[in-house]
Amino acid sequence: MHYVSQILPSLISGTGMTLSIFFWTLIISVPLGILVGLGMITRFKPLTWLINIYVWLMRGTPLLLQLIFVFYGLPIAGIVFDRYDAALFAFILNYTAYFAEIFRGGLQAIPVGQYESARVLRLTNWQTLRKIVIPQVVKIVLPSIGNEVINLVKDSSLVYVIGLGDLLRAGNVAMARDVTLVPMLLVGVIYLLLTAVCTLVLKRMEKHYSYWR
Amino acid sequence: MLELKGITKKFDGKTILDQVDLTVNDGQILTIVGPSGAGKTTLLRCISGLEMVDGGQFLLDGQPFDPATNRDNDAVIGVVFQDFQLFPNLTVLQNVVLAPTMVLKKSAADAEKEARALLERLNLGGKADLYPYELSGGQKQRVAIVRALAMHPKLLCYDEPTSALDPDLRREVEEIILKLKREGMTQIVVTHDIPFAESIADQMLRVEPKE
Repeated sequence: MHYVSQILPSLISGTGMTLSIFFWTLIISVPLGILVGLGMITRFKPLTWLINIYVWLMRGTPLLLQLIFVFYGLPIAGIVFDRYDAALFAFILNYTAYFAEIFRGGLQAIPVGQYESARVLRLTNWQTLRKIVIPQVVKIVLPSIGNEVINLVKDSSLVYVIGLGDLLRAGNVAMARDVTLVPMLLVGVIYLLLTAVCTLVLKRMEKHYSYWR
Repeated sequence: MLELKGITKKFDGKTILDQVDLTVNDGQILTIVGPSGAGKTTLLRCISGLEMVDGGQFLLDGQPFDPATNRDNDAVIGVVFQDFQLFPNLTVLQNVVLAPTMVLKKSAADAEKEARALLERLNLGGKADLYPYELSGGQKQRVAIVRALAMHPKLLCYDEPTSALDPDLRREVEEIILKLKREGMTQIVVTHDIPFAESIADQMLRVEPKE
């Protein structure tokens, strides 16, 4: 117990980094994902073509590789990020692609008739999107988004590769120093707690949207 | 009065509507009948601006207008879709007041007052706060009619209003359409149900499939 209280502060500070990557990625990637998802269903072919290449790249290569590229690769082209910004940039690029795919599917699940009935009521495209399409899409995509949110909690551990001190790295340091698995056990428990909170919040949101079918 | 002059519509080079001429007088009911695939619904979609025409002209009260781009004046054409297309995420009342508040810029209070009166008139008084999934087919259809009426259309179009309903509800639709006619509404009804069409029509247009 004494040992646990000794290493806990460093684990908690690591958790801070994990949460910071998690929240910022989520807050920026979800709205971006909606925009890119909309871009995927426009009739402007060059745009959908471009987005498809982007999504293919992001989903087709490991996030770990993307992190390395952003931090070590981009400086060659003169674009230098510090460690934290590089991590955030890579995560946002990667998760936006996944969210965009999910939103595209949700958008395509809305019947054409909904757009047409909005059109004959003379609602503008923006009004239709805001009042009719997005609320329905959100309900449809919530379970899939939830999956990605849980993944994001755990994926954030990849930032160790560019030397950021997140939760997993804090555990790793303690394990190597003290030659014991206890820190890693604690790390596991903390991840479980974080994902449990996410699961709970997501369940709540799904329940909130169950007032209509 | 709505006039169509030489309306032509093609899909992939195939002519669906060939030089359609017709006139609907104010307060009258025009029914468009014909077998499936004859272009009834296409004609209705052209009139309501959901399809661009390839030729011909629309006149509303003698003034040329283009339903497909006609977005900002008040020459509104209301549409009741075959499957109603209510917005499932909004209550009955919200479905009805959405366009009047957002498009006609009515105050929420005025729009709600008018919506409630319209709902009352079509026997939907107690349904204002329900969601579409809680309604029967006939109720959904009446909400769709109220939603269209709330925009004060000059013309109300129905696509196959009896097809999604139980046979005994046919009379009910008939009564609603005739009631609106008595109140002066000009209506166009597309249907493959000839007896139904005959019982409501002032004028019938038969559309035949093109070879």
